[in-house]
Parts: sequence; structure tokens; C-alpha cells
Amino acid sequence: MATTVDVNGRALNVNSSPDTPLLWVLRDELGLTGTKYGCGVAQCGACTVLADGQPIRACQTPISALGSAKITTIEGLGGQHPLQTAWVKLDVPQCGYCQSGQIMSACALLAANPKPDDDAITAAMDGNICRCGAYQRIRAAIKDAAAAPVETTA
Amino acid sequence: MNKPLKNIVAAASRREVLVVGATLAGASLLVGCSLPDALSAGSKIEVGAFGPFLKFSPDGTVTVISKHIEFGQGNHAGLAAIAAEELDADWDKVKVEQAAASAKLYGNAIMGGTQGTGGSSAIANSWTQLRTAGAAARAMFVSAAATKWGVPAGEITVANGVIAHASGKQAGFGDLVAEAAKVAPPTAPKLKDPKTFTLIGTDRVRRKDAQAKSNGTARYTQDVRLPDMLVAMVAHAPKFGAKVKSFDATEAKKIAGVTAVYEIPTGVAVVANSTWAAKQGRDALKVEWDEAKAEQRGSAQILAAFKDLASGKTAAPDDKKTGWKSFESKGDAAKAAAGTAAVEVAYDFPYLAHATMEPMNCVAMVGKGPTRLVFGSQTPTLDQINTAGIVLALPGSIEIETLFAGGSFGRRANFQSDYVTECVHIAKKVGKGRPVKLVWTREDDMRAGYYRPLVHHTVRVTTDADGYPATWKHRVVTQSIMKGAPPGSPGGGGVDATAVEGALGSPYLKATPIVDAQLITPDAGVPVLWWRSVGATHTAYVMEHTVDQLAKKAGKDPVEYRRALYQKAGAARHLAVLNLAAEKAGWTTPATDGWTRGVAVHESFGSVVAQVAEVKMENGQPKVGRVVTAVDCGTAISPDQIAAQMEGGTCYGLSAALFGNITLTGGVVDQQNFDTYRVLRNSEAPTVETYIVASANPPSGVGEPGTPVIGPAVANALLAITGQPTLSQPFVKA
Repeated sequence: MATTVDVNGRALNVNSSPDTPLLWVLRDELGLTGTKYGCGVAQCGACTVLADGQPIRACQTPISALGSAKITTIEGLGGQHPLQTAWVKLDVPQCGYCQSGQIMSACALLAANPKPDDDAITAAMDGNICRCGAYQRIRAAIKDAAAAPVETTA
Repeated sequence: MNKPLKNIVAAASRREVLVVGATLAGASLLVGCSLPDALSAGSKIEVGAFGPFLKFSPDGTVTVISKHIEFGQGNHAGLAAIAAEELDADWDKVKVEQAAASAKLYGNAIMGGTQGTGGSSAIANSWTQLRTAGAAARAMFVSAAATKWGVPAGEITVANGVIAHASGKQAGFGDLVAEAAKVAPPTAPKLKDPKTFTLIGTDRVRRKDAQAKSNGTARYTQDVRLPDMLVAMVAHAPKFGAKVKSFDATEAKKIAGVTAVYEIPTGVAVVANSTWAAKQGRDALKVEWDEAKAEQRGSAQILAAFKDLASGKTAAPDDKKTGWKSFESKGDAAKAAAGTAAVEVAYDFPYLAHATMEPMNCVAMVGKGPTRLVFGSQTPTLDQINTAGIVLALPGSIEIETLFAGGSFGRRANFQSDYVTECVHIAKKVGKGRPVKLVWTREDDMRAGYYRPLVHHTVRVTTDADGYPATWKHRVVTQSIMKGAPPGSPGGGGVDATAVEGALGSPYLKATPIVDAQLITPDAGVPVLWWRSVGATHTAYVMEHTVDQLAKKAGKDPVEYRRALYQKAGAARHLAVLNLAAEKAGWTTPATDGWTRGVAVHESFGSVVAQVAEVKMENGQPKVGRVVTAVDCGTAISPDQIAAQMEGGTCYGLSAALFGNITLTGGVVDQQNFDTYRVLRNSEAPTVETYIVASANPPSGVGEPGTPVIGPAVANALLAITGQPTLSQPFVKA
């Protein structure tokens, strides 16, 4: 039974059963492996993607629950998004495994609040664990991207 | 330093060496030749004209081959910079490639010549090797240019990737690859005077993988997708040491996508054509476990047993192997037990999970051609040996493609190659060379053991008329990490230095006239392993927090008190980082309103770190703000990545000190995921400032030394706030 999911601007037919979490559909069926598995219970944020611009945990979202939501994954940001540029400029990643999720959460934050202060940043980013402890660079990179002249949109 | 102590310290720094060496000795006997040869038999790795560490492309790209895995610590940038410096390459044209598995080509001198990454040794053991490789290749290009241009080699310059002569002739590395490859490499190339370095030590040395790790293209084991690949998950016993008694796979096999169910030594494996199917199948298994040999105790009972040993309530075995062992002894031990104690305290440390962001995983192909593994291998030689024993092949014939790993912190360096061999067992059952990806869920990973051991310390210190330590009695009770090493390795008869390093060799003990320090390592069925900074995770805390209590008792400033002890001990590097951190933190000026400072200093893996942390209580738990860090790690290759490791190490150590806690009830691990194993989050993460002590010494590591200092720095701030010591971790109880 095929389900249609809208990912990064393309409507895609997928064969996974409707109860399959979006995470595994993205990774195993669509080959979009930038979205990571970290905990499976919406505790770590490694699987964060955007659904109509809002951050969701793909590990806890069965594709049957998506409806017509437009999904954006790290691959959908294109590589030159101001957040991605800031991430590289400040050498934010260490092991890098959590960074797709970090960037997607930051993306949603900047879309809602283009000039976040420290409290807004940590409030928005507290659901994303980084065991390497790149937190202060994540905060700095979000500020750097927020200061960038290009408008940030999800 | 007395002679036995020297031996123990040497054993500490060589621990991996001896461990692996013992295994390798067996391997070499097997095939009757030298160790590197034994391990390379069956290997088919080709080495290019410029040696095993460098490749040059006609387009000008310079590829530095890293024998070390990159799992966050930034070593790929540092390793590339070392070679690029001697080459005078254009840093923007330098890229890094991961080496294949070969002890002969890619051994780590600090790990007995086996290939592996650990003990913060990647840069240190590669320093001369990669400088030499870079200098040799540079000489080959210069020679090729001299021949081609008909000018003396001595008149040729190389700068920023441009080979040039005063006559106006110039070329890039890419233009001369073919000619340079034909030049015989010099046997003893001249290395640069470090004073002339143009890349090393500058902020130009930055990560090469930041882009791939910011756009989702960096490839981890979890991301491996191969034609016909199967995904496996395993039902593990809930208690350590239990075995499969029987299982019923009826329901598991009904899950669409499940292709097979196998019993393997570590449990029952479900193999499927997708991760989700494998998980559903695994969860549908019904397994009965034989718990006759399982560890049935809870962590509270294990800790109680440790405490009883330390207090003498339980008599220790009276033999050298399993009884008390002295790791530092001078003067009359009886005096260390006598007199009025200035400080007499006991400390408890829980089991800790590494909790890497990427749970353990591996891809294996067995049964058609050479056995091949694709994963984040931290110890390729060990993984080859352990795999070879299952597929009955020569270790060198086992191919390993090492990928990025989503953290390790010690977890992927395992004597038993636990998750690797589990995957190999399944792939062997599947056979035909078909790729099998073993995926552990977070719960599998967190409950699999190989934790930082539970540790109990008791410390009793008497002081002289000036308030400085006169006698120091110290007892450490913990499981031995080295007991997990193959037979014949150290840790059986001698002191397991991984349990006491940091107390062992402490400048405070050097400054104390009478010392009686002993270790006992009782068994427990919970597997233990190194965890970022290993022994220092607890010894740094005990030594640094005890010293602050002594300073308080003596009515002295904690920084001044340490200075006096470092001067007594001749600990010049400790003194230098302490002074730098104190100065940058403004130690002698009042802290910002509401914040209180705490200081700690510790040496591990050849580097010394001092931190001054600003702390306040907020919502009933410590909040850490600014952390000023000073580090002496010898020659600084990449100041930015040294800072990154201080920032990250601080968060890792703070996470453990505040929240880290693996407990067991009736032998079953209580924590399963991040909802019950709390880790540091962004709002709790401090802002770390890093200052590097200028040094002409060879580089030492930075991956681990930033971890163990923050815990005691925070505890010392809390001591100043509350007047009370903090005698157990985590600080924040669940």
C-alpha cells in the first residue's frame, strides 16, 4: 500500500506500512540518511525535521499522521542555508551525529524568532542533545546566522 | 619517583600496548612470524609512491591518510596539518582520507604498534611520523622540480603549495606528481625548525568535515546502505552473564520483512529487510533466559560491598592477586592511620554509560571473499583479531572500512569487540557475503554494560603545623577495567593503573611526606570499560575536592594552597596552568554578583588542565556559567580544536558530575534511555574560555584531559557556597 509523503518539495510514494515512523521511511526507503536515529522516543532531537515549518521528532511520527504536511529534512536546506554556513564558519560539529537535528531545530527557531536572545535559543534548543558538548558553539552559530544579512526561512 | 612507581606509571601509559600485545603474541605464534607481519598476513593494501600517509592528485589535491578514527575529537584536522606544514601545502587543497586496517602500516606506537585510537594519543603518536612523511614528500617534489628545470634543488622554495625557483619557474604539487613519484624518498628528511611553522598553531587549522557534518552527507555506520543489505537487532539478556535458555520466534517471524531468527552467543538475533521490521521482530520475540551465572545484585549492594572492603568490615583476601595492593607508599604507614585527621572523607561514584549519540552498530559481510566490516572502528587491530577468531581467517585478511562514528568516549575500544563480534556472528549465519547491519537501539546501548566502573574512595589526611598534608591514607575500591583484557595482560597480578591514575602520580602525594595508598579490585558481573579520561573521572575529583577541604581547614585560599603544594612537588606545569587560569578568571577580584568560583587542576594523558568555574544554585541544582580553562598540551597544532575539546570535555564531565547515574536493581539496569539517564542539555551548558600555555614540547592529547576537571571545580565552588563537601556523584539526584 503506497502512502504519499511530501519531502523537500517532492511528493513521493512510499511502500512502508502506515505505522512506520517517518524516520525509518526517510532513512531506509528514501535514502535520506541526514536525519539521524538517536533515541527513538523523542528525547534527543537527532531526528528533528520540519513539518510545515514546525520542528517534529521523526522517530515518533508515523507516516499515517503526516497528512498533507510538507516535510523538510537537512537535505532540503541545500547546504548554503545561513545556519549551515555559520555551523561551518564556527566549526560547530564534533562527531556531528546530532547536528542535522540541531540545525533543523535552529531553523524553526529563526523562522519564528529571527533575532532570538540567549534564553530563546536555549529554550528552543534544549530538546536537542549533543554528547560532544558543542552547545556553546551551537548558540554562537545561531546568533551568527541570525545576524547574517540573508533572510532565514525554513 | 621510586622505581616500582615508575613501573606502574609506565604500565598505565602502556596499558593498551600490553593488552593488545598479549593477544597479538598469540596471533604471531599462530603463524610463526613477527607481530606486524603476523597481523599483516593476508592484507592486500597497496602503498603509493609517497608512502602510506600521503597521496597527490594531478588537480593539486593533497590527501592525508589518517590512521585514526574521527569521532569528534578533531584529530583529522590536526593530523592533516602536521603533514601539510612540512609539505608547505596549500591548506585549502588538503583533504583527509581514512586509512584501511593495517597494524603494519598504521600501528600506534602508544598502543604497542597495533592500530587504534585512544588515550588521547592520535596527535602525539603521529607527530614525528607525519612530519617525516610530509618532509620526505616535499623533498621528492623539490628534487623532481630541480631535475625538470635544471636548477639546483637548494635554490627551490615551496610555500603554500607552490614550488618555485628564482628564475620564475613554478609549479603546484599536482603538476609534478608523476615526476616526484619516481624520486627515491629520502631516508632522513630534514624537518622544519618549529619556529618557522606557518600553519601549525594558527587559527587556519580548522576541521575538514564541518561541511559534511552540517549538510547531512557525513557517513556514519548507521547510514550504510548496500545492495541486498539486511538489518539485524538482537534480544539481549536483561541481566549480565545470563544466557539464552529457549526462545519462541513465532510472532517475530510473522512481522512483514523479517527474514530469519538466529540464536547467537549474546542472545537472539532477528534479521529483516528494514530497520523498523527488525525492531518489530525483535520486540515480538519471546526469550527465556538462564540466569544461573548472572549478576543478581543491585548497584546499591555492590557499593555496600565496596564500602565494607574499604572500612575493613569485610576482610580482603590475603593474597597479592585479589587483595589490597599498594600503589603509592612512602614513610611509616602506621603514622598515616594515626593522629587527628584534618579531613577524613569517603566518596562514591556510580556506573556511567558512554551514551554516544550514535548507538553501537556495525556492518559485516561474511562468507564470500574476505570478511569485510564497515563501521566506526576505534581499534581496527583488535577488531580484526576478534573477528578472525569467529570466521577462522588471518587477522590481516579482515578488511575494515572505518567511517565517522557518532561519538565513542571509549565505548568503541573494547577488548571483546562486543558489538562487532555480535554482528560478525549474525553475518556468518546469513553467509554468502551478504551485508548485515547490526543496529542497537538506545535501550540496547544503554543496558549493554561496559560502563565507567562504580568506585568508592576513602581518604584520611593529617596536616603539619602550616596546614599542609603530613600523612595521606587513601583506599580505592573499584572493578578492574583491565580484568576485561585478554589473559596474560596486566591487571591480573599488579595494580590496575587505570583504576588509580591521577591519584597515582598526583603532585599532592609527592608533596606529602607519608603516604599509604592502596587499591582493591573486587569482581562484579557488570562489564566495565574506559570512559573519557578513565581513572581521572574519579581520581581528579577526589584529589581536587580533598585539597579544597584541606585548604578550607587550614584557612588558606585554594589557589594559594595549591601553589604551595605544586612548589613542594616541583609540579611546574600544574603551577603554570593554575596561574594562567587564575589570572584570566580574575581569581583575586570578586566574582560577578550571585556567582561563586571554584578551582581545580588535573593532569591526564600528558596534558595539564586548570579550570575556574563560576557556579550558583538555581532551582535547587548547581548552574555553571563561565568556565575559564588553561591547558598545557605541548605544541598546539589547532588552537581552535583544542578549545573545542576543552568545551566538549567540560560538558561531558559536567554531565556526569551533575546527572550521570547508571543503577541496577536485582541485576537489571534501571536506565534505558535519555528520559531516565539524564545528560547535559544546552541551557545547562557553560561557556568555556580556553587559554593555551605556550610550549615547545611535543604535542600531547586534548580529547580526554578537559573532562575530569569541571566536576571538582564545581564541587569546590559548592564548598565555598555551602561550607559542605559533595561526597557523591551525581550532584543532582533523580
